[in-house]
Amino acid sequence: MRFYLQLAFTLLVTAFLIVPVVMSILAGVTENFFIGLKSGLTLRWIGEVWELYARTVYFSIGIALACLVVTLVLGVPAAYVLARAQNRWTRAFEELLVLPVAVPGLATALALILFYGQLRAFRASWTFILVGHVLFTLPFMVRSVLAVMAAIDLGTLEDAAASLGARFAQRFFHVVLPNARPGIIAGSLMVVTLSMGEFNITWMLHTPLTQTLPVGLADSYASMRLEIGSAYTVIFFFMIVPLLIALQWLAERTVR
Amino acid sequence: MTAMIRLARVAKTFPDGTRALKRLDLEIADGETLVLLGPSGCGKTTLLRIVAGLEMPDEPGRVFFGSEDMTALPIERRNVGMVFQSYALFPNMSVAENVGYGLRIRRELTPAKVDELLALVHLDGFGARRVDQLSGGQRQRVALARALAVRPRALLLDEPLTALDAKLREQLRIDIDRLLRSLAITAVYVTHDQSEAMALGDRIAVMQAGEIVQIGTPRDIYYQPRTAFVADFIGTMNRLRLNGAARESLFRPEDTRIVPQGQAQFSGTIASVFFLGDHTRLMVECGGTQLVTVETTQRRQFAVGERLHLAVEPGALLSL
Repeated sequence: MRFYLQLAFTLLVTAFLIVPVVMSILAGVTENFFIGLKSGLTLRWIGEVWELYARTVYFSIGIALACLVVTLVLGVPAAYVLARAQNRWTRAFEELLVLPVAVPGLATALALILFYGQLRAFRASWTFILVGHVLFTLPFMVRSVLAVMAAIDLGTLEDAAASLGARFAQRFFHVVLPNARPGIIAGSLMVVTLSMGEFNITWMLHTPLTQTLPVGLADSYASMRLEIGSAYTVIFFFMIVPLLIALQWLAERTVR
Repeated sequence: MTAMIRLARVAKTFPDGTRALKRLDLEIADGETLVLLGPSGCGKTTLLRIVAGLEMPDEPGRVFFGSEDMTALPIERRNVGMVFQSYALFPNMSVAENVGYGLRIRRELTPAKVDELLALVHLDGFGARRVDQLSGGQRQRVALARALAVRPRALLLDEPLTALDAKLREQLRIDIDRLLRSLAITAVYVTHDQSEAMALGDRIAVMQAGEIVQIGTPRDIYYQPRTAFVADFIGTMNRLRLNGAARESLFRPEDTRIVPQGQAQFSGTIASVFFLGDHTRLMVECGGTQLVTVETTQRRQFAVGERLHLAVEPGALLSL
């Protein structure tokens, strides 16, 4: 008896979470949502979304990858310096690193617009969105890499490599980077995922030509038929989620 | 005897003002094993790191290898082998890759050389293993092979046995001794363990508070300690005023004999008994500031409270 009660409760909670998602997906493939399923199923809305918003999908993937490159280039060396030079200043800097995460994205974006808004070409280009995303995601990369670097005795490993004749660049690429790899991979996954889903900053910074997927979603919800917005969600699910799962799988394989 | 390593007027003050090393001169002969012995914080590791090139001595200190002034050269250009307490093996590399790393940097890497080095430390066939599949003793042997691979001008060992348990420590100590003798390599060995120092050192430099307080062969240090600190740090030293003398005499437990009452220089009551198999250690209350330790190979049973009559060989008495 107790088992069935628990089962029923679990199913109820699950349904509570899943049903809206299913409804949203159904809405995206229903001829007319207000009439309901008896109006028939169609892929028309999906096609229309693809026509209207395909570029936001590519744009989002492009921004996420560019963001990954920038956070790798800036974040890994930053984490290395923080890990090696443990003093009052680096510890204070580590604390400061969470600020961009704690400050509301809208505030960050507003600051960027106030400061750089006059630079027309920059304001209108995709790099403006990129700057916002890097600001938001860089702390995650640094923290993730730093956590791994702090857990291994990097200083002694480097001393050992140096005693064997390795110069700085050789030590960095032969010893530091390979041993920080789990942190780099975890940070990369985090950065790509966050950049893909980022809405607050991007919504403030975007122009009609620099719409990311989440911003496009908001746009379609606000200005299109409900079916189109829902179809958009379907596309998000079937494009982005497999991409993220593939990344995760790839990361797990490389760490082993 | 030519000096392989020579330190001239070397001192070290850290940026925070800590005086880690007071000014000292030191020569280490070609092929010699010098042990730096002292409690933690005595400056022995700092001294080793200055020889290695991981720390710079204060001006005007100089570090010479042979006749070459190495002071300005960083560690990667000094060609020294280092062995660390924490092994410091590269976790991302296999055993063979670890051993061959120095050769890889020099573009001299061949599988045969790596096999030869693994054989040298009795790890034949372990090349493909991952570092985390090895025991502590095996890891330290890999670290030794890795350090020796580049034919270093000097081998620098920083407490290499401290992380190991007692039995492994003994084994590896014998291995290290054999390697140092057979390769006739100049070595500096840092430890806080006096038995390691005695077993491995051609000479021992006893350090205290940033200074070398005495340097000499293990025998010198053991039988002719120059200060009370050295006497206490190496082995056990008894101190007692004998026959109303004004100064305390110092003597080793093993030089203290149990004698018939007529021959006794002093007497005492047994406070504790430790039967250690090959000998018995007795702590005897003789009226001094501390208990007198006596080691005896007599097979009889001793009881707490028993009265003992003791004498020390005249030649074994020291006064500082």
